Amino acid sequence: MNKQEISIENLKEKALSIRRNIIEMVYSASSGHPGGALSIADIITVLYFLELRITVEEPNNPDRDRLVLSKGHCSTALYAALAEKGFIPKEDLKGFRKLDSYLQGHPDMNKISGVDMTSGSLGQGLSVANGMAIAGKLDNKDYRVYCICGDGEIEEGQIWEAAMTSSHYQLDNVCLIIDNNNLQIDGKVNEVMNPYPIDKKLESFGFHVITIDGHNFEEIIEAFNEAKKVKGQPTAIIAKTIKGKGVSYMENEVSWHGKAPNEEEYHLAIKEFMQ
Amino acid sequence: MNLEIKKATRQSFGEAITELGKKRKDIVVLDADLSNATKTNIFAKEVADRFFDMGIAEQDMLATAAGLATCGKIPFAATFAVFATGRAYDQIRNSICYPKLNVKICGTHAGVTVGEDGATHQMLEDINLMRGLPNMTILCPSDDTQTRWAVEEASNIDGPVYLRFGRANTPLIYEEGTKFEFGKAVQLGEGKDATIFATGMVVAEALKAQKMLKTEGIDVRVVDIHTIKPIDKDIIIKCAKETNKLISIEEHNMIGGLGTAISEVLTDACPAKLTRMGMKDCFGRSGKAMELLTYYGLTAEDICKNIRNKKV
Repeated sequence: MNKQEISIENLKEKALSIRRNIIEMVYSASSGHPGGALSIADIITVLYFLELRITVEEPNNPDRDRLVLSKGHCSTALYAALAEKGFIPKEDLKGFRKLDSYLQGHPDMNKISGVDMTSGSLGQGLSVANGMAIAGKLDNKDYRVYCICGDGEIEEGQIWEAAMTSSHYQLDNVCLIIDNNNLQIDGKVNEVMNPYPIDKKLESFGFHVITIDGHNFEEIIEAFNEAKKVKGQPTAIIAKTIKGKGVSYMENEVSWHGKAPNEEEYHLAIKEFMQ
Repeated sequence: MNLEIKKATRQSFGEAITELGKKRKDIVVLDADLSNATKTNIFAKEVADRFFDMGIAEQDMLATAAGLATCGKIPFAATFAVFATGRAYDQIRNSICYPKLNVKICGTHAGVTVGEDGATHQMLEDINLMRGLPNMTILCPSDDTQTRWAVEEASNIDGPVYLRFGRANTPLIYEEGTKFEFGKAVQLGEGKDATIFATGMVVAEALKAQKMLKTEGIDVRVVDIHTIKPIDKDIIIKCAKETNKLISIEEHNMIGGLGTAISEVLTDACPAKLTRMGMKDCFGRSGKAMELLTYYGLTAEDICKNIRNKKV
């Protein structure tokens, strides 16, 4: 499972396609969570097209890298990436959230090829990632486990239980990514239930912390490379992102957390992607 | 059958999982700072590299177990039943049962016989919680021999299993090496005057009642239901047809436990009156194990009273 060579320009094209498919899915389903999916689109792109050692032919290869999308409501970003990568047919994306489709509202590992863990109930993914990482250590495998959490999600106490575990068991094969878009359903994270300072909290829990611009491909790539060099402790990448990134009227607007665009808004978004 | 007090099922669990862990390298044990009480400390000592103490963090423990299971491990996660099934219910529901992951949830200190610790630690709703989860299997062994079987059986089931163990010492009911069958209850005796359905710790009380009634010329059978889900429908229907009275007893709330599971079978397939004995929708209290069984009316004598009672 060698890594593919891909240019920043190619990554940008992939990210644009993923963003477009996020909007297509949410519009087609008349429901879903576009804001947080758009904020992780660039990170997901780097993971699927550069970082993760995975193959479409062997989605369950025991040696593969794993991704736990702990913020499972942003499933459209994951599904779009899986389709872009070839795990699922692109034409299936339009079935998202519909009765006759396997593309559930939240990721289901038993229904969708390439999904490493079922998620949806917030706060559980880092624990799951730790379990995968411990299994890797027990079996002397060198796979890495990535976990994407929201910045609102880390208000769940279990995240901090799991953070203790990552550190206590020196899980340097775990890379936690915090999608720090600063918004949750009820408003700004610091106003709803302030999780800041996230970097200092994670550092004090024993993480190697890297803060980046989550929409800058060079910074995302560099952070993943740095994480791989860290030994004896887990890494957390705090990705400063913009909720709704790429669709002008959705950017930094909390109302787009879990709402589908109407026809006019849909066409406007597609037009913006074309530019 | 020797009804002298012998060994707690949690102790049998600790010994059994250690033996199994030595044989099977895919078994991993997790505990939440209670290994001295759940008896996984035996495993921790003898199979140290595959034991993980997760600290006082049950939610993290169960979801970590889920992650281990996705990688082909068979995690046995142990803590008190109240914390395993209550504190971590959402983790069990969403990260274990829904994805049907191969996690074995080991709840020790179930029931009122926890004793002195009192209501906060006496889990009486766990069967109810676990029974309502799709993909879940529930095993509730009654003695040392059955516990050893249940632990090994759980490791061979592909999917989530909840194992229910007690704190207090219980009699040895079955000879070493007795064979049990998954999903098939054990009928003890052929009596036709009544059937006593029982599970876990109180199977011994049912057997004491059987012995006491025999001296009065009342011939009852005891059905030890070690697999609560899926429940043995056939034996319930058979006993409903063959015996005059049906009684169920459990160390659990009367709502949602063994009695409820039996009622569902009777309602669907063979309408019959069932007298359910259990905790009467209340919490427990501090006291000694046997004192508490007496206080809450869950002893052999209470079973006998119900069977002698013409109204039942």
